[in-house]
Amino acid sequence: MKATRRDFLATAATAAGAAAAGDLAAHAQDLEHTHAHAHQAVPSDMALRVKSLESLLVEKGLVDRAALDALIDTYEHKVGPRNGAQVVARAWVDPAYKQRLLTDSDKAIAELGFGGQQGEHMVVVENTPAVHNMVVCTLCSCYPWPVLGLPPVWYKSAPYRSRSVIDPRGVLREFGLELPEDVEVRVWDSTAELRYLVLPERPSGTETLSEDALAALVTRDAMIGVAKVPPLRQGGAK
Amino acid sequence: MNGVHDMGGMQDMGPVQEEKNEPVFHHPWEGRVFAMYRATGAWRKWNIDAARYSRELIPPAEYLRMSYYEKWYVGLVDLLTARGLVTRAEVESGKPALGSSKATPPLKANQIHETEALGASTKRNVSVLPRFQDGQRVRARNINPVGHTRLPRYARGKLGTIDRDYGVFVFPDTNAQFLGENPQHVYAVRFSARELWGEQAKPQDTVYLSMWDDYLEPA
Repeated sequence: MKATRRDFLATAATAAGAAAAGDLAAHAQDLEHTHAHAHQAVPSDMALRVKSLESLLVEKGLVDRAALDALIDTYEHKVGPRNGAQVVARAWVDPAYKQRLLTDSDKAIAELGFGGQQGEHMVVVENTPAVHNMVVCTLCSCYPWPVLGLPPVWYKSAPYRSRSVIDPRGVLREFGLELPEDVEVRVWDSTAELRYLVLPERPSGTETLSEDALAALVTRDAMIGVAKVPPLRQGGAK
Repeated sequence: MNGVHDMGGMQDMGPVQEEKNEPVFHHPWEGRVFAMYRATGAWRKWNIDAARYSRELIPPAEYLRMSYYEKWYVGLVDLLTARGLVTRAEVESGKPALGSSKATPPLKANQIHETEALGASTKRNVSVLPRFQDGQRVRARNINPVGHTRLPRYARGKLGTIDRDYGVFVFPDTNAQFLGENPQHVYAVRFSARELWGEQAKPQDTVYLSMWDDYLEPA
């Protein structure tokens, strides 16, 4: 093991950037002192370190600042779970589409205009009364960006990554989902470059809803497989 | 590497805490780290496996303490310095070294839509024979490499069944250390939860992992 690389990694988050111009370093220390108790998980001078790195990369011509803005805008405003919800709603109203979605997921998802980064190779798994699928990445944070956006913190957290495979029913209970004893729970650990999308069960009471109205019911959590799409109350939808 | 990132099957990490109406980024700097990682990737000085490995090299106590994008920041600084795009002195000062030339960024704002929609597939259109067939019983190899691997500890030595062949993909264990793509078949392998966890698991529950040929042996 490369000791120097390791040592550097150990100190990078606490040291890098802190030796920048004196006022920057002093400011960082002030912030660290002020917020040491409130934000122990995130050193409060991360903002300064990141700013320092960005100005270095821009000054060296390694990144274009407008490209950074565009990347952030893409994942804050354009790519997110509403994409996946459209895919699910289409599958609920169109049996031929659903068949394509389950057998050739990439192409079917591309029909609705979605695909690309971290969703190059998709697998759609269908929840039924007998089988409940849920998705995890125990090794890091693999997640189908084009249909769900960037993953929430809990998905990337140690509790979810560690226990989903050994105690999926217990984890689901923490999300408020108690599954019947006889249901098969299938956990998909995203260990390669396949990305999984759960096709949730269409809830009862939605027979008359339009595709758009159905899409509005589909939640991110249902497409990860930690929730169901709740049944619609009588008269609850327009 | 049997690192702390390989979390599957660990216990006592606490309850899963869901945040209502969670923002994509909790602080502006998180978005900047995400975007810098993506934009510097356009220099093609590393690959996704090397990037994952850079975060796995964070020492265990730090790995558990750091927030997600802190780890990304540390991994990014490691990649940038290890692959020669910047020096440690430059990161520490926040300034380019005296006399260094200015490059032209390979990724422009007007290309983002296209690059994101295109993605970066690690599937390879090469003819490699699969070593296993659908329905075949297999055992995940008991290997403990000190470098990067995508074979989690909890599956090693366990018996499973080939569910389907996903095709030929770059092999992370070599790719992460720039030792070649070594493309080979990846399969969905189905493991009974009881095989993995014993009697405490429900008999019908299953865990599916994606596994490369080199992670498997005939059972």
